[in-house]
Amino acid sequence: MNVFEPLRNYILGYGDIGLVVWLVICILCVAVPVILAVAFYVWWERKVLGWMHVRIGPNSVGPAGLAQTFADVFKLLFKEYLLPARSSKLLFVLAPLIALVPAFAGWAVVPFDQRVVLSDANAGLLYVLAMTSMGVYGIIIAGWASNSKYAMLGAMRSAAQVVSYEIAAGMALVGVLICAGSLNMSDIVRAQAGAHGLLSWFWLPLLPLFVIYFVSGVAETNRLPFDMAEGESEIVAGFHVEYSGAPFAVFFLTEYANMILISFLASVLFLGGWLSPFPQRWPILGVAGWWWLFAKAFFFAFMYLWFRAAFPRYRYDQIMRLGWKVFIPIALVWIGMAGVMVYFGWFGLGGAQ
Amino acid sequence: MNLILFYVFAAVLVLAALGVIAVKNSVHAALLLVLCFFTTSALWLLMQAEFLAIALVLVYVGAVMVLFLFVVMMLDIKVEPLREGFIRFLPVGVLVAAVMLAEMLMLIGVRSMQIAPPADPAGHSNTAWLGEALFTRFLLPFEIAAVILTVAVIAAVMLTLRKRVGIKSQNPSKQVAVKASERVRIVKMPSAVRDVAAKSEATP
Repeated sequence: MNVFEPLRNYILGYGDIGLVVWLVICILCVAVPVILAVAFYVWWERKVLGWMHVRIGPNSVGPAGLAQTFADVFKLLFKEYLLPARSSKLLFVLAPLIALVPAFAGWAVVPFDQRVVLSDANAGLLYVLAMTSMGVYGIIIAGWASNSKYAMLGAMRSAAQVVSYEIAAGMALVGVLICAGSLNMSDIVRAQAGAHGLLSWFWLPLLPLFVIYFVSGVAETNRLPFDMAEGESEIVAGFHVEYSGAPFAVFFLTEYANMILISFLASVLFLGGWLSPFPQRWPILGVAGWWWLFAKAFFFAFMYLWFRAAFPRYRYDQIMRLGWKVFIPIALVWIGMAGVMVYFGWFGLGGAQ
Repeated sequence: MNLILFYVFAAVLVLAALGVIAVKNSVHAALLLVLCFFTTSALWLLMQAEFLAIALVLVYVGAVMVLFLFVVMMLDIKVEPLREGFIRFLPVGVLVAAVMLAEMLMLIGVRSMQIAPPADPAGHSNTAWLGEALFTRFLLPFEIAAVILTVAVIAAVMLTLRKRVGIKSQNPSKQVAVKASERVRIVKMPSAVRDVAAKSEATP
């Protein structure tokens, strides 16, 4: 970051206004790449699904269809957007924005590299949990404000599902914070550094919690095979059935930004963030850096698409059963296991200690 | 800067709290309550009580209010009957408000007599400090609170877990354990296909 030090000092020289300007610049440095990543992720999803279905996927707009998403976005922006006559107007317009804010706010505490993070907050893990749990408001408000049966059903399903899986995801994170001894995201990554490369990350001692966290993440973002909120085959498109044009594009953006966020979080919390999978003493491969984090996040992002192509959808009662009767008991037992492992010092306790 | 932010958040909080009791639509009231919790947590963040602030968002905004909204949206509440008893219940409301005001004033008085909160010697974050205090000095109250909450959860589940006749429920482990032989019966039949084929060949 030393390259930007003079610029930072110059802007901060303007006092409070300078501070705000500098913060806005920092936030844009994260938010704009996220938006671009969403665009390419949508293209990648359609390509991967195409290959898994033995099709070609988008291939016409731009080289290898790369500009397809941008074309779609412009189409959506230029479309008329409709306000249902008996909807709750203000909430109907606000809902996509309320959905969008938590999806981007969560990025504030994601550490991309050693000391490359927007806010190195002490309670980073809790903050992330709080932000992901707020994402459901956009869906509920959209469903209610639309004044439509299908939208309402989608919102109700989504509310119940997200609250249930939040508990499982939160318990998985408790295991992580027991092992790391800290709520700070950078400390959690540092606690995973070890002589054995990828074998010293948390995924190995916390394997059940790792699986629970990622599957709960898929459920919390309402992705297949848990897409009860949309349920195209039964409630048309669920909570956003009344939305068109730009507000619909915002919902779309939110969903994919959340998926990428969960991918990054899973890599930071369980797969050692920016650490290299190879032992540190190896010459080039052992060097830690942001590229490892991006590779891991890409892996999880790909898993999302793979799940979508490979699994049939869950029935609603099966989803609830999986969350409450399978994930939560396993997570509770493994939290106890994590405590025992830390107590007997089975793996190095880094971070705070 | 902090002072300006404090007044902005405080103004939003007061307005939202007024809105909760003033708006007609119950869903709007619940959403304004969410805004209340959120601005309160922002105020706490300004006072650097980060754990409390985030816990408030996590528990109340993220879980409790979602379920609240869930219920409120399902109900079709008529506003008129609710407003009828306003004058009748006014004395009780005023009494409760007066008691609460007196309590708050007393609390502020007690706080101002105390010395400033002790500075953190080890330079811990207040999350770590809170955790240490809860699990050492206040372990027994903490455990008792946990037991009470667990009892409440079990009681809530037991209250709703009633057997009703005429309801078809599924047993997933039974569904998974089912074998093909229990569902499908293969019937041996003399093959008739060849005869038909032979006939159809023979007709023309």
